[in-house]
Amino acid sequence: MNWKEATLAGWGRSSTARTRLGRPERLAELDAAPRTADRNGLIARGAGRSYGDAALNDGGRTLLTTRLNRMVSFESMTGELVCEPGVTFGDLIETFAPRGFMPPASPGTAYATIGGAVANDVHGKNHDVHGSFGDHVRWIELILADGSTRRVGAADDPDLFAATIGGLGLTGLMRRIAFRLLPGASAAVEVRERRMSDLDAYLTAFAETRGKSTFSVGWIDALAKSGALGRGILETAEFAPAAGLVSKPRRRAAVPIDFPGFVLNPASVRLFNAVYFARVPAAGRTRIMPLAQFLYPLDAIADWNRIYGKRGFYQFQCVLPDAESPAGLRTMLEAIAAAGRGSFLAVLKTLGGEGRGHLSFPMRGHTLALDFPRASGAEELIGRLIRITRERGGRVYLAKDALLGAEDFRVMYPRLDEFERVLARVDPMGCFTSDLARRLKLKPAPMAGTA
Amino acid sequence: MSDARQVWLVLGASSAIARAFALVAARAGADIILAGRDLADLEINAADIRLRTGRDAVAIPFDAADLVGHADFVAEARRVADTATLNVFLAFGTMPPQSEIDEAPARAAEVILANYTGAVSVLHHLAPILEAQRRGCVVALASVAGDRGRIKNYVYGSAKAGLATYLQGLRARLFGAGVSVTTVKPGFVDTSMTFGLPGMFLVADPADVAKACLRAAERGTETIYAPFFWRPIMAIIRHIPERIFKRLGI
Repeated sequence: MNWKEATLAGWGRSSTARTRLGRPERLAELDAAPRTADRNGLIARGAGRSYGDAALNDGGRTLLTTRLNRMVSFESMTGELVCEPGVTFGDLIETFAPRGFMPPASPGTAYATIGGAVANDVHGKNHDVHGSFGDHVRWIELILADGSTRRVGAADDPDLFAATIGGLGLTGLMRRIAFRLLPGASAAVEVRERRMSDLDAYLTAFAETRGKSTFSVGWIDALAKSGALGRGILETAEFAPAAGLVSKPRRRAAVPIDFPGFVLNPASVRLFNAVYFARVPAAGRTRIMPLAQFLYPLDAIADWNRIYGKRGFYQFQCVLPDAESPAGLRTMLEAIAAAGRGSFLAVLKTLGGEGRGHLSFPMRGHTLALDFPRASGAEELIGRLIRITRERGGRVYLAKDALLGAEDFRVMYPRLDEFERVLARVDPMGCFTSDLARRLKLKPAPMAGTA
Repeated sequence: MSDARQVWLVLGASSAIARAFALVAARAGADIILAGRDLADLEINAADIRLRTGRDAVAIPFDAADLVGHADFVAEARRVADTATLNVFLAFGTMPPQSEIDEAPARAAEVILANYTGAVSVLHHLAPILEAQRRGCVVALASVAGDRGRIKNYVYGSAKAGLATYLQGLRARLFGAGVSVTTVKPGFVDTSMTFGLPGMFLVADPADVAKACLRAAERGTETIYAPFFWRPIMAIIRHIPERIFKRLGI
């Protein structure tokens, strides 16, 4: 396997890394990879859809898993699929939606890989009902730092299993993953869209739909102030018969250049938000659309991250526990509106409960996600949002994050000590590491010899 | 004698282009026989094709360098394909850096064996079968490197040039039997062969090359460049006079 020097970035393009990049095409090449880790360690990387530095390893090595993307077996009785880590959500939808199965949890892009879904314990618009991706994983075949391969599951080294789900690739290289697809799916959904006049209306509506709707997701106008604070559009969806829905292949627009910085300014975003809000009639509306279009709306625009220009952007996503949500979200939205920095991609959802991983993001509560162009003041604002999250007993989602500090991280993730005990056991020398791991002081200094 | 069911025999099936081709051919309705040295790897590819397409896919061992074994291999492929129409996609080859061959001259013969002798041998064993079934397609990967001997890649390039010439003759021979032979000359394709090599540009996606190969087979096109823009590029490179070309060091 060849290695090359490459500069990689997170999806937000705010974090970059110089790395030695390898791309195994056969499992034998992946198996040999731990031996290649040098002083600066090794991290696996899938589609590169983590926003921050989770899949970056500056000065070390990076393994692209995109070519290890084969499906190995499928049991239609149980829905259990065994596949390699590079298989994408798009592959799953294309192959299994026509047979009535769907991914049990799906992030906002079909380009994300299953390896990444496990490493970040991703959640989707159905978290209340179906939990996060890790909840559906049966076992993971893991290549450890010493080069050995081990199959871990709920009954098979449960600690290592829990450390690997949401474990950011730091426990080892995933070789194969077995998980259950959900039956009863269809390639189409009926989507109901309703205007929400303010935050209270939003939270009331969520309380009513929670656990009843299969899917729910809210877009929120983060620039709206005072009386309209927290206004937005709530979408709930159920599977619908796909018959009659002509699923013509969508033409994919692309962002051909990095937009100059002035394109996205408070006035243009305010205009976008007003139009976006008004497009749904006051009485609401109901539409049938392809499942993929509902799950992955942004995939219609290739390289959409370029609209934020060369400097890139930060995404901030937190979850607040139910009891803290009303006051906490209000404080956050006020801070964002006052700063005039609300982006047009702001999302509010509910989460149903804790994940199985030591570092799983979900908890029962409300999750808010926003983009901020990387401009002066953005880091201060996100710093404030991180403080509010911490004070309210919430968590920042590491798949999106580039700015969280080690101390805040420790407070937000109470099972961190369990995670670190597993690392001390399976990877004492820090063979697997990343820029995120170093930022959050998640690993002993690699090859320091002090372990 | 063969029926309407189509089978593609993919030789050197672990490569990225071959894998992509097997998938598009299966999606187009053919069953697949994957042949290569790493049988464990090919079994996974076969499972992947079956799951994604619902078509049948199996893996059988094949070593291009084992010339003595080619007769048995071809008989086995014919047996596995049963009564279906057998089509052949030849994708094996190796491209070590020219500098490695220069340092260890014995490697030159290995490169010729893997890219030329092995290909001619297996195709020559397959030819009577293709003539007998009186239909089918052969698609073989030559290379733009075969269009001009270059200081940076001339052992590999000469083997691929030889293969292209062989395919011209095979095309004429099988024409009478209604079997088409397509020579594909890929430019730079994003495979493990080119990953990390310096000087790569206009690098194509293996899936796009695979689609172009299948389209050419369906139309019976004699020679294609993949992607197509390599045809004018190579036309220019071919027409540079040798007394100038030798000084360019490319």
